[in-house]
Amino acid sequence: MTDPTLANHRTALRRLPRRALLRGSLSVGALTLLTGCNLEDDDAVDRVLTAMSRWNDRVQAALFSRTRLAPVFRESDITDPFPFNAYYPIDQVRNVDGDAWRLEVTGAVAERRSWSLAELRALPAESQITRHICIEGWSAIGQWAGVPFRDFLQRIGADTRARYVAFHCADDYRSSIDMATALHPQTLLALTFRGAPLPSKYGFPVKLRVPTKLGFKNPKHVMAIEVTNKFPGGFWEDYGYNWFSGI
Amino acid sequence: MRVHPLPVRLTHWVNAIAMTVMIMSGWRIYNASPLFPFEIPAWLTLGNWLGGALAWHFAAMWLLAGNFAFYLTYGLLSGHVRRRLLPLRPSDVAHDLSQALRFRLPHAGTEYNAVQRLLYLLAGLGIAGAIVSGLAIWKPVQLAPLTFLLGGYEIARRVHFAAMSGLVLFVLIHVMLVAIVPRTLPPMITGRAGASR
Repeated sequence: MTDPTLANHRTALRRLPRRALLRGSLSVGALTLLTGCNLEDDDAVDRVLTAMSRWNDRVQAALFSRTRLAPVFRESDITDPFPFNAYYPIDQVRNVDGDAWRLEVTGAVAERRSWSLAELRALPAESQITRHICIEGWSAIGQWAGVPFRDFLQRIGADTRARYVAFHCADDYRSSIDMATALHPQTLLALTFRGAPLPSKYGFPVKLRVPTKLGFKNPKHVMAIEVTNKFPGGFWEDYGYNWFSGI
Repeated sequence: MRVHPLPVRLTHWVNAIAMTVMIMSGWRIYNASPLFPFEIPAWLTLGNWLGGALAWHFAAMWLLAGNFAFYLTYGLLSGHVRRRLLPLRPSDVAHDLSQALRFRLPHAGTEYNAVQRLLYLLAGLGIAGAIVSGLAIWKPVQLAPLTFLLGGYEIARRVHFAAMSGLVLFVLIHVMLVAIVPRTLPPMITGRAGASR
């Protein structure tokens, strides 16, 4: 273990909230709805903190610029090795079969159908070298390339007046983003990392790369995309991480 | 004798609460990915886990920044900052500091000595630094020019840590001095100095 970032992350994993882990063994969403309490044990404190988090969602949406780009870096700035991070340890990374894999598209779209990896690889792609910032505080610079998500949404005839885009993943992870961020020019359906197909640990076959949001809003192993007006939440969001989490 | 006007007392105590919440929740956030080879003991932290600590931090930041903005507006418009915290001459600081270290510094009711002025001005700068560096690491894309001015995201994280460290040091000195000269505490609550010396 030479990379301090990786070492840090290893300890952070061990420190996963015991409460969160206990709840993880049940249905997270159901339990949150049942107790309405996910940040603090005290219900009144929890309500205030949750209300402030919703207020911060609105402030961040107002601060978000549709045109301001995340800073880009040089190839020599790329962090090597790029840290692995997930809600499970690295030996539990899912190995998705790329030939059998299909990307399902549902919700408020004109064309509800599934996409094969070959079809996505045939679409015009863009590349970016940007900083990935984790909610834990650490950051790392990586290079991703793939289909600009805005182009993909247009291609599937998504109703871009809808409020949310939700993502369901092969590792049972979920997340969701606001439509303004989905349409941001740097939001990518990433297919490669540093010029090669995404390795499993970075989200093969498709990862959503959102350089304007924290790392946990960049779901890996994406299997289904849903355009919706119904607040979708997400894996960590349901535990109480701030939903918008823009940077 | 009126020592502290009401807006100063009010913002002092609101700031004390806001800073306590910000520092203790910040320590929990620090523990999620420590910058240095140590962690803050969990019992000193607020929030139970990273998500809880972040929720406290991003709620109390409004209290800290709003209260600080109110104090600055009042302090500059009313002349409080100019009358009570300025001027700050290095020669006065050197003189008063040497007196203070020999426990001979007079602690007059309505006038701050040079050591106090220096400490309170530094505390204000520390809060401003914590807010600015906090904004830089909260919004390194939307406020990219600010983050750039602070040397980029990773440097700004360390600036934020340094601002916290400075403020913790201030609080330790401040509370220690109040413990040594306890008659300075009631005026910050009632506004008035006691009748007896």
